[in-house]
Amino acid sequence: MNIFVCIKQVPDTEATLSVKNGKTINEDGIKWIISPYDEHAIEEALKLKAKIPETNVTLITLGPKRCENALRGGLAMGADHAIHIETDEHVDNRIIAKALAIAIKQEGNYNLIFIGKQAIDDDSYLTHIYLAENLGIPVSTNVTLFNYESEKVFVEREIDGGEKEKIEMTTPCVIGAAKGLNTPRYPSLMGMMKAKKIPIKKLSLQDLEIGEIDNKIIVEKLFAPPEKPQGKVIEGDIEDGVKELVKALKDEAKVL
Amino acid sequence: MANIGVYVELKEDKSKKSNKEAISLAKKSGKNVYAIIFTNNLDQHLDELKGIKKIIQIKDQDLFYQPDYYSDTISNIIKDFDLNDFIGICSAQGKDLFPRIAAKTDASLVNDCIDIDFENNLITKPVFAGRLLTKIRVEDEFKMYTIRPNVFPVQASDSEENPEIITKELNKKELKTRIVDIVKSDSKKIDLTEADIIISGGRGMKEKENFKMLEDIAQLLNAGVGASRAAVDAGFATSDMQVGQTGKVVNPKLYIACGISGAIQHFAGMKTSKIIVAINKDSEAPIFKKADYGIVGDLFKVVPLLKKELEKIL
Ligand SMILES: Cc1cc2nc3c(=O)[nH]c(=O)nc-3n(C[C@H](O)[C@H](O)[C@H](O)COP(=O)(O)OP(=O)(O)OC[C@H]3O[C@@H](n4cnc5c(N)ncnc54)[C@H](O)[C@@H]3O)c2cc1C
Repeated sequence: MNIFVCIKQVPDTEATLSVKNGKTINEDGIKWIISPYDEHAIEEALKLKAKIPETNVTLITLGPKRCENALRGGLAMGADHAIHIETDEHVDNRIIAKALAIAIKQEGNYNLIFIGKQAIDDDSYLTHIYLAENLGIPVSTNVTLFNYESEKVFVEREIDGGEKEKIEMTTPCVIGAAKGLNTPRYPSLMGMMKAKKIPIKKLSLQDLEIGEIDNKIIVEKLFAPPEKPQGKVIEGDIEDGVKELVKALKDEAKVL
Repeated sequence: MANIGVYVELKEDKSKKSNKEAISLAKKSGKNVYAIIFTNNLDQHLDELKGIKKIIQIKDQDLFYQPDYYSDTISNIIKDFDLNDFIGICSAQGKDLFPRIAAKTDASLVNDCIDIDFENNLITKPVFAGRLLTKIRVEDEFKMYTIRPNVFPVQASDSEENPEIITKELNKKELKTRIVDIVKSDSKKIDLTEADIIISGGRGMKEKENFKMLEDIAQLLNAGVGASRAAVDAGFATSDMQVGQTGKVVNPKLYIACGISGAIQHFAGMKTSKIIVAINKDSEAPIFKKADYGIVGDLFKVVPLLKKELEKIL
């Protein structure tokens, strides 16, 4: 069985972000990680690999040279192969999905594709569904439970109000991984050693016959939201404090 | 004049709260508004759809959200009625449905919009979990948007005009992703993403049972109960209650954080709350820097007092 996992490299959740040229983030000093939902995607693929003999897990990413590290990280977790569609250009989700779809098709057979439900940089919630529609295969998003049985996939996905949808799909299909799905493993030392030796297959957008990049979603401006002024901290007698608080919420803030 | 469509999201045939925002926004665009609604009982929704000239009602004997049926049906309507813009809510269903429609109709979709300036074709949306905002221009004839709940103003309509109602059948051509069942949650929980008030607990709650204190206040205020990841990981709360970077993004009028330190990833999920209240025994806790009001003290003393005071005024 052939499993693909699409991953994206993003700034660490703790990273201090500043804006450069009003349009992009300043990358100096940023620690890069695999987008957390993509880590859940990798983990689920590896869990399935452990159950089904002769399963190959191939990672695939699109982005500049630095994204190699994300692939190495995923290989160290236990993936078998890695493909890097290398580009310095900014491409929107539609083009990313198209490139991923073409690259996956070029590899031949694919049974399952795992991918995070969103990347934590642009927070678009688009790529996984676009990818599936591109390939003409089923997709579920926000998946918190995954089961595979004789070419059928059963998932649960979280919807509003704590409810869950139970969903059936045939393979091949795309799984948009969410947090509840699993706990991603840490790479072992052995895994890291092994990962260094695995060659990363490099592709360009031209190799995928994506010539002209016609982004339709154009970032005009990137900026920090206005900071809230420091609020009021009540210390001392808590009985008086709570009274003061409730009064303020009612009369000052008018939220009660 | 150009046409704009608005998807009226229903849950068990009840209108989602934020439909009002989406409808108001569509009307504000100055375009011809088409409301698209999947229901067999249109009458009960007409009040909310006042002032809309054209309603497209989709009927079926077995109406139940199936992403393939819904996206196929809407994609056809978009083509047939020449809609150039299409708005919905950035809800669990919106995030599942809208990208499918966008892919099928080759539209450009922006999720989680917090401002849409139709005139200048500029959309504002949070990125990096709200640590930054971006203004986006969409270079496409056909644009789609999902809007973040509780952000857009609601304008009531006093129009007495009768809408034109167009009825369509559900398109049941192909079902690749099949929803076979819905697992209800055990309690009648308020949906956090739409809640006006949320009270959340963190690791400082110490035990699962102590969340009962928060539930009591929630009942009093008709609020939702949220949690930090530490509280979820410790088993005090269920994962659907998690607020933050890897949980829900919420936007209530009032957010009360009890025993939550205020980590950047938690903050990412609740920073746009209108008023943030922090209850924490550590006066150095980072949450106090972000709170509008804070009480330094033991939550096991503060929360019961808070309940008492609230009971007095409600
Ligand atoms: C990739 C990533 C994603 C993450 N996503 C999320 C997310 O979505 N949501 C999230 O919440 N976190 C998330 N986190 C975790 C986050 O970094 C914090 O670890 C977490 O938010 C801490 O939860 P907490 O505030 O409940 O616990 P703590 O940080 O342990 O804080 C507990 C607080 O309770 C106070 N306290 C203790 N006892 C009492 C008492 N009796 N009375 C009053 N106060 C008391 C303490 O003073 C302390 O401030 C994420 C982390 C990473 C790395």
